[in-house]
Order: sequence, then C-alpha cells, then structure tokens
Amino acid sequence: MRASGAKVGVLALQGPARLHARALAELGAEPVEVRTPAHLVGVDALVIPGGESTTLSLLLDSSGVRGALEDRVADGLPVLGTCAGMIMCAAAVLGGRVDQHSLGIVDIDVRRNAFGRQRDSFEADLDVEGLPGGRFPAVFIRAPVVARVGPGVEVLAGLAEGPVLCRSGAVLVTAFHPELGGDLRLHQSFLERI
Amino acid sequence: MSEAPAPTSRPLTGTFRVKRGLAEMLEGGVVMDVVDADQAKVAEDAGAVAVMALERVPADIRRHGGVARMSDPAMIEAIKAAVTIPVMAKARIGHFAEAQVLEALGVDFIDESEVLTPADEAHHIDKWPFAVPFVCGATTLGEALRRISEGAALIRSKGEAGTGNIVEAVRHLRAITGDIRRLSVTDPTERYEWAKRLPAPVGLVTEVAEAGALPVPLFCAGGIATPADAALVMQLGARSVFVGSGIFKSGDPPRMARAIVEATTHHNDPALVAKVSRGLGEAMAGLEVSTLDTHMADRGW
Repeated sequence: MRASGAKVGVLALQGPARLHARALAELGAEPVEVRTPAHLVGVDALVIPGGESTTLSLLLDSSGVRGALEDRVADGLPVLGTCAGMIMCAAAVLGGRVDQHSLGIVDIDVRRNAFGRQRDSFEADLDVEGLPGGRFPAVFIRAPVVARVGPGVEVLAGLAEGPVLCRSGAVLVTAFHPELGGDLRLHQSFLERI
Repeated sequence: MSEAPAPTSRPLTGTFRVKRGLAEMLEGGVVMDVVDADQAKVAEDAGAVAVMALERVPADIRRHGGVARMSDPAMIEAIKAAVTIPVMAKARIGHFAEAQVLEALGVDFIDESEVLTPADEAHHIDKWPFAVPFVCGATTLGEALRRISEGAALIRSKGEAGTGNIVEAVRHLRAITGDIRRLSVTDPTERYEWAKRLPAPVGLVTEVAEAGALPVPLFCAGGIATPADAALVMQLGARSVFVGSGIFKSGDPPRMARAIVEATTHHNDPALVAKVSRGLGEAMAGLEVSTLDTHMADRGW
C-alpha cells in the first residue's frame, strides 16, 4: 500500500479525531493531531472529522488553521471530510448559521441535519461505486446530505434523500461516519490516492 | 417502515452505535446549560457543541430548594427552535415517564440527572428501549458501569453541580480513571473480585480491563467555572465538559463561554489558556463543599 508511513493530519479542534487517528494508524499511516497552523506543516493529507460544524467553523478562525489549510488545499492537499467535515469541505451550506463559513474544497452544496434529529440517526449498508468487498456499513448521526453536485464531482453512493459519498480528485467526502462502523475500506481508499 | 414503497434509507435507528456515536461527535467540546432561547443563542454563538435546556441552572436549584423536575416542554421547544446544535434535557433519576416525554419532544440527548430530585430510590431508568441516547453521572467506576449496563451512551463525572467548585469533579474523574488504570493491569482471574467489589457486571469489567477505557466516552461535569478548570479536567482524561452555572452566573457570559470553548480545545496549551482567561471579569461565586446541605452527587445507586 502506497500510504504506508504517510503523515496524515487529523483536525482535532473538536470531534472524534482519536477514532480517525486509530483507523489511520491501523492502516499503517502516521496520524498527527492538527490544532494549530504549525501542525499542518509536513502532512501529506488531512482528515476533517465530524463534530459540530458551527463549533469547527469558529475554532478554524480563532486557531488560524483556516488560512493555513486554504493554502495547502490550493496546492492540492488530499482531504477526507466526514459528516461535519463534509460540511466544512462544501462550497455552500444550507441550514447553517450566517457566520458559518465552509472551506470550498469540493464543488458541492450540503444541507445540514438533512435526516432529522438524533432519534432519526441511523445505520445503513451502502452500495459504494468501485469499492470491492460488498456493501459498506455507514453510520449517520444527525447527518447532512449533498444538495448540489458540481461538475467534476463523482457521486459514489446515495440514499433517497441525495448523495452521501462524493469524490473530487484526491478529496473524499462522506455524510456518514466511516470511523464508527468498524470497516476501514474508505480510509484505505483515501490513503491509496495520496 | 418496511411498508414504504421505496427501499427505506434508514432501516436501523436507535442502535447503541448510533447513540454512542452522538456522544463521540461531542468530544473536545463544551455542553452549556441554558434556561431560555436567548441563552441558547449565546451558547451557540460561543461555539457550544450542544445545549442543556433546563428551567433553573443548578446554582438556582440549590438556592430555591423544593422539588426540581423536568423542564416545561414549551421552554424546551423554544430552545430547539432557536439553535441548530443538539439539544439535551434532564429527567429525574428513575423517572422513565419524563424521559418518554423528552424523547417525544425530539430532544437529542437525555440527562438522567442527580441535579433534579430523584423519582426512584432504587432503580435508574432502563435506557435500552429508548431511541434517544442517555448521559448519566458517576462518581466511581462501579457507578459508571452500572449506568452503562442500563444503556447509558455517555458518562459524565458528577462533581457537585451549582457550586463553581471543581474539587468534587476532580475527585470523581480521578476515581474513575484511576480504577480503569488499575483494572487494566489485572489478571483475568482477578476480574470476578473486581466485579463484586465495584459492584458491576463482570462482562463490562472485562471489557474495560481489555480496552483500558470505558466502552462509552467520559465527560466531566459539576463545578467547572473557568477556562483553567476546563483545561484541568481535559488533561485529567475527560473528553468534553459540561458547564452548568459557570457561564450564565459569571460577569460576562458570552466571553466566558467562548473562553471555555477555546480552553477545552487547546487544553494542552497553557499560553492559550492564559490568553483567553485574561480580563474575563468575575467567575460565578463559589461554594465550599463542606458547607452544603444537599450533596447532589450522593443521588444515584
């Protein structure tokens, strides 16, 4: 696997960074927690985990990570964004706060809390295009959905409400939590494109 | 759901993985007590990961006395309408009917809380049948595992709510994390005795011994009043903090709220905690634990 030894940043401002770090370490990558711009130096890729996107947006600004991250993304940094991380990667956010700014890493619009409140959160087995090994166990927690897909963005999986897994170059975004289902194939697929 | 014409997109709701998943999404964050929609907005503006809707913060419950119950549904709905982040609410220990009402209202997390007056002196709520996750307080590892055996998806240290005094939260966190460390070096044959002593189900005792951690996240609550308090308990092993009276009983709630959010994220960066602590105005007035008439942490069995 090419990704062995890759230094992968995990944004650790808020959310389950440790679960992504554990998945990456199991696959032979070297996870690095990112809380300051300095932590981004030398990383080969970045995971933006779930959490609350309103909180993440504020902490990206106050920590100075937003500017540093935008520079790295402009240079083609591979990014995996899950749930709130997908919201942060989007071009526009529907149902967000007016002061909530996404990073525009991938040309999609995303609707927050698209499936309802926590009692509507669910698990589903997804058919993922091009992923060997059968359906993927996906955990959706107050999940968003993709409301608009721009040119050049591939939809790899969807539900009745809309796309939930998209790829654009080396950027992979999921409305669900691949770190919660005990299946590391999507992390591996991300690492293989670094 | 199986009668839907199209294949349903959500065949499995309310699983333990989905319930614990929300707890995990709240890690590294601050859950703030709020008593109305305006306070909820202040909390969300400051970067809270969730709000706890209740009629009186614990400091006022202490002052006013009487029986403290689940909040008015109208007030909970107003708070739900005011923010986009998850909304939690409290039910009395053992009061499963209050919990059913909170679930029907669509709250995202139920706190079976010792801050309210207990409804049952022997039994906690059986939390497994609910689709909504529960958080419960604990003072020891045994108490934490008993709550998890009943279906809790998140454990918080109890501390002593409404005092602005961190000493009890530190005692409870150290008791829980210390016993996890001691348990994780036991021989398998010693775990039956641990199960008797805690007391807790031996299956969960074994799980903790092997993982070196609780099977659900451990947060801290009860007495956090400053950014440094948050940094302290995060370094002691809490994954997030609940702040009750500490924000809206302080001199400048929006700034205090924001400062505690920053200190929770950057708990390992003393220079940053120093920066956000500067000129915050008065923290909430605190209470010496030895002077209290009611020790809320003693509620729960």
